[in-house]
Amino acid sequence: MTQKRRNFLKKLIGTSAMSVLGTEIVFSNNMPKGYSPVILNSLDDNALEMLKKNKEMTILSDRPWNVEAPAHLLDDEVTPLDKMFVRNNGNPPENIDIKSWTLTIEGESAKTKKTFTLEQLKKQFKQYTYQIQLECGGNGRSGFVPQASGNQWSEGAINCAEWTGVRLKDVLNSVGIKDDAVYIGYFGKDTHLSGDPKKVTISRGVPIKKALEDESLLAWAVNGQEIPLMHGYPLRLILGGWPASVSGKWLEKIVVRNKVHDGEKMDGTHYRVPLYPIEPGGKAPDSDYRIIESMPVKSVITYPKTGAMIDDGKTLSLRGHAWAGDLEVSQMEISIDFGATWQKVSLQKPKNRLAWQHWSTEVKFPRKGYYEVWAKATDAKGIAQPMVIPAWNPAGYLNNSCHRIAIKVV
Amino acid sequence: MKKIMLVAALLSMVYLASLGKITPHPYSQKAIHADSTKGLDPETGLVIAKELDMVKAQCTGCHSSKMILQFRASREGWLERIRWMQRTQKLWDLGEAEPVVLDYLSKYYGPVKHAQRRQPLSNIQWYKLNK
Ligand code: HEC
Repeated sequence: MTQKRRNFLKKLIGTSAMSVLGTEIVFSNNMPKGYSPVILNSLDDNALEMLKKNKEMTILSDRPWNVEAPAHLLDDEVTPLDKMFVRNNGNPPENIDIKSWTLTIEGESAKTKKTFTLEQLKKQFKQYTYQIQLECGGNGRSGFVPQASGNQWSEGAINCAEWTGVRLKDVLNSVGIKDDAVYIGYFGKDTHLSGDPKKVTISRGVPIKKALEDESLLAWAVNGQEIPLMHGYPLRLILGGWPASVSGKWLEKIVVRNKVHDGEKMDGTHYRVPLYPIEPGGKAPDSDYRIIESMPVKSVITYPKTGAMIDDGKTLSLRGHAWAGDLEVSQMEISIDFGATWQKVSLQKPKNRLAWQHWSTEVKFPRKGYYEVWAKATDAKGIAQPMVIPAWNPAGYLNNSCHRIAIKVV
Repeated sequence: MKKIMLVAALLSMVYLASLGKITPHPYSQKAIHADSTKGLDPETGLVIAKELDMVKAQCTGCHSSKMILQFRASREGWLERIRWMQRTQKLWDLGEAEPVVLDYLSKYYGPVKHAQRRQPLSNIQWYKLNK
């Protein structure tokens, strides 16, 4: 063992722990300086309250925060803030000063570099409000067998809230985009879990065509309020219909790229799936992966909550939402006989492009017993949700299998 | 100086953890190995076993133990995630702790066989169909 290494180990003696215990502490051979395995595993009864989340939300992880809504909490037409899922990759920034917050646009395919304060964005560009569905690429991951690693989302990593901001295209055009522009990438102010200030947590993006759509926003408000810290305060990119990880939070920079953005979590199995179906548990070479773009068609039953018991002969009202990434949902059906027969239900048009659509119906059950209600949406291209789990992929993305609830007629 | 002294470190961790109350995540109850008669560590929801101290020291600094509790995999599967964190997330070389951590993870958080809606097809005899 070298002297250097010995000194390094000496430095590992944590002062705070020292004062607590008055003992020499050597954690382990390779832990970096300043690191302390303190368990701030603060999942207590107050966590949801602290996050201003509904008590029935499920905490999947408390560092980083990953919180989802059980399906019945998604019943509102516009998802309230306390029922919006949280998917953080790192730690949100601290001590945010809204007055000095800026957004910089630059990159090899930007004609110039420009920096805007929030006030400038609000004053210089026309403001728009849209209802936009945001779904985590891993929503439904818990359905995959064998298990895929990452947060084990059920149905609830989806929401549709009302975002207010300026169009990304208006801002990009004011800066100027070169003809060779291919992609945009974002950078946010969240910090990496390792504590290394130089390490980027996540920096994803979309092709320039998606960035220039009307509904692609630089948003500072959601449901008429400031964006909550967990959801990207004070500025968030909103790119609906795609894995929500492209809607960068705590936004401070956008780069206009002349190639596919190569930021953190744009590679490997991050938000990428094999080009062709592989067997469950299988592998594909890195070159055979594609970046997930539009999310697939999906729906959720938000009323009643699963487990409802109803009296024989009674009619049951059912409702929920359906969405299809960049597309519209064209048809919605339910089945109460495990998919043997399907009945069409009434489906509303979206409030605007990329908003989820509301559906509702009533059903009568033929006799007493255990039933499952299955819900199936079909998109504008005629592609429907599968009844069983779709193609397995290593990181467990895109599980859009039909949502089911259990009903007992007694 | 190869030996790792953990006792003191852990005492400090327990002390600091006692500042906050922890409820085990629902996934931590999911398919925990029958060996877990010793129960769950109240700070982390992890199964109490001889390797626990090492696992807590190596694995709970950056993120909550819930990132671990949500996952089930074979030794190879866990090793693959550790290598991924080393490649991309600044996880250090675990050195002699690696087999200890892997013993623990694969023993208490090994793969679970469960059917969801349909079993995956098994015992497939692959063959080439001519014509
Ligand atoms: C240096 C920081 C660091 C340490 C120490 C660390 N991890 Fe991680 N780990 C991460 C980061 C960053 C992620 C990604 C978090 C996210 O995406 O939300 C992660 C994710 C995970 C995941 C989820 C995997 C996935 O595919 O998303 C598991 C499981 C995990 N870690 C297990 C462990 C285990 C076991 C140890 C101890 C050997 C450990 N971690 C130690 C940084 C760390």
